[in-house]
Amino acid sequence: MIPAGSLLAAHDLRKAYGPTPALDGASFSVHPGEVVAVMGPSGSGKSTLLHCLAGIITPDSGSITYAGRELSTMSDAERSALRRSEFGFVFQFGQLVPELTCVENVALPMRLNGTRRKAAERIALEWMERLEVDDIGAKRPGEVSGGQGQRVAVARALAASPKVIFADEPTGALDSLNGERVMQLLTDAARSSNVAVVLVTHEARVAAYSDRDVTVRDGRARDLEHAV
Amino acid sequence: MSIGHTLLGLLESGPRHGYDLKRTFDEKFGHDRPLHYGQVYSTMSRLLKNGLVEVDGVETDGGPERKRYAITDAGITDVATWLTQPEKPEPYLQSTLYTKVVLAMLTGRSAADVLDAQRSEHLRMMRILTDRKRRGDLADQLICDHALFHLEADLRWLELTAARLGQLAKVVAP
Repeated sequence: MIPAGSLLAAHDLRKAYGPTPALDGASFSVHPGEVVAVMGPSGSGKSTLLHCLAGIITPDSGSITYAGRELSTMSDAERSALRRSEFGFVFQFGQLVPELTCVENVALPMRLNGTRRKAAERIALEWMERLEVDDIGAKRPGEVSGGQGQRVAVARALAASPKVIFADEPTGALDSLNGERVMQLLTDAARSSNVAVVLVTHEARVAAYSDRDVTVRDGRARDLEHAV
Repeated sequence: MSIGHTLLGLLESGPRHGYDLKRTFDEKFGHDRPLHYGQVYSTMSRLLKNGLVEVDGVETDGGPERKRYAITDAGITDVATWLTQPEKPEPYLQSTLYTKVVLAMLTGRSAADVLDAQRSEHLRMMRILTDRKRRGDLADQLICDHALFHLEADLRWLELTAARLGQLAKVVAP
């Protein structure tokens, strides 16, 4: 069952690694412009849920629909194209290409989608300005602080005009002050651009930036406020 | 919060009327709970009686009398003592939540549901405070952060307890 108006929805997902079930009947949905936190203890299956939703791994059973299309019926190439054009990603660390400057990193997804360099870098700089890191455009990731690097990663995720951003512990490597700022900038930018955010976190203060939260326990996702 | 000490502290920068004290208190520390006029005047009478403030002048302006208060040397010493004295940390040993969890187990109800309901309520409050923080100034952010860190600590306890319910059930079994 897909909740009305949802952009991305999963129903009864199951995924096992060998004999160990990582997802055991998990359901989830997110609407355009909505920020949903996926919480739960370590090993509960929250990252597996995010990877399934993003089409990075394929569940053993269950359905995932994005904008009305069933992910399992798509070819690998179609799923890759979907990830490139509709999804943005922010991880805990290690996501920026060290050989490229920060502005080239932000422009990279647009370049891969065929945008010309000049136009891609102009848009990249606009997003970097919004994320308050336009002054480090010419630096390489190794030359900037963790907080700046994470803002560059958020700018990169948003610059290609995705419909959904998947953020897996995006503040996990940052101190409180930088983490809060990254969350504020990420959620403000996503809401104002009507981008949905699937935010995996084990920190309640990070989850408090969401519109609602879903708890994953023993591979099952539970929405305490809304039925999913 | 000690309203007396706070009002005294506000008087250190110069004499003020009761109304002015209330307004400044509400602006800086009142947030959701502004002072009642009655509280201000009863506090000022107590401070006056104890020699911590004195009446610096009385104005009428054609209306009722308005006293202007000034802090005394004894008042300044009192504020200094209060500021340097650490607040007693809360021991948090009388926890209603813990009682509810144990009672749920003793009566055959779901302790996990008790924890989940509380978790949801805590997160709801954290969202309200986070929203207020993002709209507010630095003072708002500091006040809200103080509350958010406490709520987060509660949530960590809720998570830990949820993970230990199996063990707890063996200990508290009727």
